[in-house]
Amino acid sequence: MPVYDLTVSSVREINQALHQLSPDTNQTSWQIDNPQGKHAISVGVDAPVEVRINGHVGYYCAGMNQKATILIEGNAGTGVAENMMSGMVHVMGDASQSAGATGCGGLLVIDGDASARCGISMKGIDIVVKGSIGAMSAFMAQAGNLVVFGDAGDALGDSIYEATIFVRGKVKSLGADCVEKPVTEDDRARLSELLSRAGVADEVEIADFRMYGSARELYHFHVDNIASY
Amino acid sequence: MCGIVGLFLKNKALEPMLGEMLSKMLVTLSARGPDSAGVAIYGTSDGDNVKLTLRTRDASSVADVADELSAVLHQRVATIRSNHIVLSVARNQESSVLSWLKAHRPDLQLVSAGTNMEIYKDVGLPEHVVSEFGLAGMQGSHGIGHTRMATESAVTIDGAHPFSTGEDQCLVHNGSLSNHNAIRRNLKREGMAFSTENDSEVAAGFLTWRMSRGDSLKQSLSASLNELDGFFTFVVGTRTGFAVLRDPIACKPAIMAESDDYVAFGSEYRALSVLPAIEKSRVFEPEPATVYAWERP
Repeated sequence: MPVYDLTVSSVREINQALHQLSPDTNQTSWQIDNPQGKHAISVGVDAPVEVRINGHVGYYCAGMNQKATILIEGNAGTGVAENMMSGMVHVMGDASQSAGATGCGGLLVIDGDASARCGISMKGIDIVVKGSIGAMSAFMAQAGNLVVFGDAGDALGDSIYEATIFVRGKVKSLGADCVEKPVTEDDRARLSELLSRAGVADEVEIADFRMYGSARELYHFHVDNIASY
Repeated sequence: MCGIVGLFLKNKALEPMLGEMLSKMLVTLSARGPDSAGVAIYGTSDGDNVKLTLRTRDASSVADVADELSAVLHQRVATIRSNHIVLSVARNQESSVLSWLKAHRPDLQLVSAGTNMEIYKDVGLPEHVVSEFGLAGMQGSHGIGHTRMATESAVTIDGAHPFSTGEDQCLVHNGSLSNHNAIRRNLKREGMAFSTENDSEVAAGFLTWRMSRGDSLKQSLSASLNELDGFFTFVVGTRTGFAVLRDPIACKPAIMAESDDYVAFGSEYRALSVLPAIEKSRVFEPEPATVYAWERP
């Protein structure tokens, strides 16, 4: 198993080694020690490998991830798993702002809290936060699911398009055009499948979650607004 | 973009290492601000004397200037570090010393005044600035550092943080304020003086003004949330206090660590990673629009 120590190797060295992996590589297990909050660790991986990072990481860790499973044994800085396409990123501590921003696919699991703007402009990624999320989360979210075991901060789902937000705790306030919606059987099944995929289905009751999404009044043309055009 | 570090020691045994820890933290954030750097250090007091930190234009003549000041003013030169001179002045002579300086040596900039606090700042890379002043050898109870990437005004020492607008008070700022001109005008009407056109100095002045009216450090920061418009992460020091505040949308980054030994602040976790036993500290991100304050007993 390749093991990199970031007190010795550079981030660029590790990232280049990961980028050179072919889809059928046999080197499927990687380890990175002493990340010390460095930025852009394990960005742009495009192979079905597992990368375990032992410690806190800086900005943009696991950005643009495809196929890989990236495990962070610590906290993550701004923009963890931003623009993820597929695969899985698991933060075992807290995540800073803009976790999973613009993500198109894959699964992001955060064991602790995520701060402001979690899932901003998400485009298909699934995000499970076992703690709470900060203000302005899921701002302009377009597709995917954001599941929160704890509470959500101010202006949740502001200007949301078609993503779904499940929150078990309190929502401080909803943003423009974001409303609570009745949870249907289909929604419960979708949530259940997602929680199973994240390996946390046993930790919560599906019935405890409330669901939020778009009222669809902000982005559709409305004849009453004709004077504005 | 700018980098901020702050360290407030709870464990007295770490006080000899304050400068060394702060120095490492600041250098780690060089990429956030390569243009200038500065530190405020809360060290030991010289009885009830006020320490005036003065900056000369030229480090090569600093010894002559120090000799002149001690001869003419009959005050003790406590320290010389590069182009900065620290004069230790009896409290009842402070105003006469300041008037003499203003009249006879307008080339000397008064950087700070306080029983404990000294401020050092210069242009250049953080690692050069900290070695120039010998930060690693400084001792104290708490300290704040700033490394600046100049985006709106020139790379000058005047634009370097920390800003001090009151005795033993200092502020560093990451962000920009949009209503600082109006607030500066109001504070000038209240009798406050400003030495730059910088927005961060106005924030420092606002807190000084509030505290002079009886606010605690915490109360003054709460009041600033209603008055200051813009992006900010502030780290503020007083003789016995240390506080952090982020704007309501938390535009600028901040991460903190707290243990039985210290409270530490960094713009990025990298700056905290150099601290002793950081893995045993509670690492957390300060909430927007929430004042975090610590006070020495």
